[in-house]
Amino acid sequence: MAASDAVRETVNAVYLSDSRRVLATLIRLLGDFDRAEEAMHDAFRAALEQWPREGVPGNPRAWLVSAGRFKAIDALRRSKRFDALDEASDQAELAVTDEAAWADPESVEDDRLRLIFTCCHPALAPDAQVALTLREVCGLTTEEIAQAFLTRAPSLAQRIVRAKAKIRDARIPYQVPTPDQLPDRLDAVLRVIYLVFNEGYTASSGTTVTRHDLSSEAIRLGRLVVELLQESPLRSGSRQAMDAWRGAWSEARGLLALMLLQESRRAARTSSAGDVILLEHQDRALWDRSQIAEGTRLVEEVLSSGVFGAYTVQAAIAAVHAGAPNAAATDWAEIVGLYDVLARADPSPVIALNRAVAVAMRDGPEAGLALIDAILAGGDLLDYRLAHAARGELCRRLGRTADARESFERALALTRQEPERRLLERRLAEVT
Amino acid sequence: MKYLCLVYLEEQKLHAVPDSECMACGTGFRNSGVLIAAEALQSVDTATTVRIRNGRVSVTDGPFAETKEQLAGFYLIEARDLNEAIQAASKIPPAREGSIEVRPVRELTP
Repeated sequence: MAASDAVRETVNAVYLSDSRRVLATLIRLLGDFDRAEEAMHDAFRAALEQWPREGVPGNPRAWLVSAGRFKAIDALRRSKRFDALDEASDQAELAVTDEAAWADPESVEDDRLRLIFTCCHPALAPDAQVALTLREVCGLTTEEIAQAFLTRAPSLAQRIVRAKAKIRDARIPYQVPTPDQLPDRLDAVLRVIYLVFNEGYTASSGTTVTRHDLSSEAIRLGRLVVELLQESPLRSGSRQAMDAWRGAWSEARGLLALMLLQESRRAARTSSAGDVILLEHQDRALWDRSQIAEGTRLVEEVLSSGVFGAYTVQAAIAAVHAGAPNAAATDWAEIVGLYDVLARADPSPVIALNRAVAVAMRDGPEAGLALIDAILAGGDLLDYRLAHAARGELCRRLGRTADARESFERALALTRQEPERRLLERRLAEVT
Repeated sequence: MKYLCLVYLEEQKLHAVPDSECMACGTGFRNSGVLIAAEALQSVDTATTVRIRNGRVSVTDGPFAETKEQLAGFYLIEARDLNEAIQAASKIPPAREGSIEVRPVRELTP
């Protein structure tokens, strides 16, 4: 009894650490997501039955992949008895019995990268990419994902079913992109990860506390992509492949750094009552030093390599904040300089707004206000609550209370988040 | 697998890409063995939509749906998978003026 409990625990541990790898390999070998999922679950069921009798195999993952294979062959034979002429299952049987493909360890190494790139394929709708990645790569249940995104489980399940059908019917290949496609395709992967992170970031300051911790899931994913790229054969390919690889690896590390540095402030970001605490008022003793150290080290590595993109520059800005012992000691000149780099790479009004706030900190509120008024006059950010909130704050510092009041009121009308609403109401009360 | 690449363009851009360029694209596809068929279409004013409703043929003037862009032509290509099909579609010149819809061909089961 005790022995079988121990084996059960081992199976659970292997499920947690290796089920996604087993699934990723089975998808390649069986050519179908649903068939692979079924085979994986059958394989773990077989492990629960056989490992107590026969002992835990030396290489549990290889055992599970092989067991999944035989279970898939059984399932195919069963279904073939019912529909005699089924070309699809013929092809699947061919894949199942292709000994060379099953024995190729190099392919196995890349399977999880294949899975990530397939789930984040741009031919799938963006929300389907997110749902499929969390389901297949992270192993979250449909219910957990639905809860995290505040949607109903049946409609989320439907989204995943449709995405898998498109992968099968339009024949989206199970591949790591070629070097010429790698930059675009990696952008899509990083966008999905950052979307998941941001959903968790804002959720943590929302009124609900039951949402699955998406931010740490996103950090795990970011770490996985960095690790997988590091080991990828692309690294030692042609010159073009190596250049594409270097850019991809840099940006993946830049995003990981950005997420770590933002996450490091989680404990300091909200009061015990759930109110938002702005950066300048945060208790910096609550910042997570190990996340800051790792994030900062990554930023320094990537910047010194000379190959970096927008995520890395954003991470560098976060690192400057993280390195300041208190708000007054922040190196705003450095931050303005980094926003200049960012604005050149990605000229967007939101980046211009952030730069204006940094200029206000460096040169005084008047200089920042002039920039914000120019951005608002451009018309792009008229409905962006943070633009009005920032304007209100600068007016308040300049003693222009009537203008401050007007801006805070506009920001308040545009906000939909409860803690943010309370913050703006407090600000409004200060100028009334 | 066969993919149908549908070329959509706004009416006033129907002739924005020179015919010669589209013919060169078709020749390139044919030489690389990708092409099965390709044609340009007359403007959407000439379209007729056919439906059968309640056992009777219903013929209506116009395309199946009014959109800003209209179907201007098609390429039927052979590709190993969607990535290859997207790669071919991105070489179709009007991709830069309008859009190319890539649709896998469904083999009919007798």
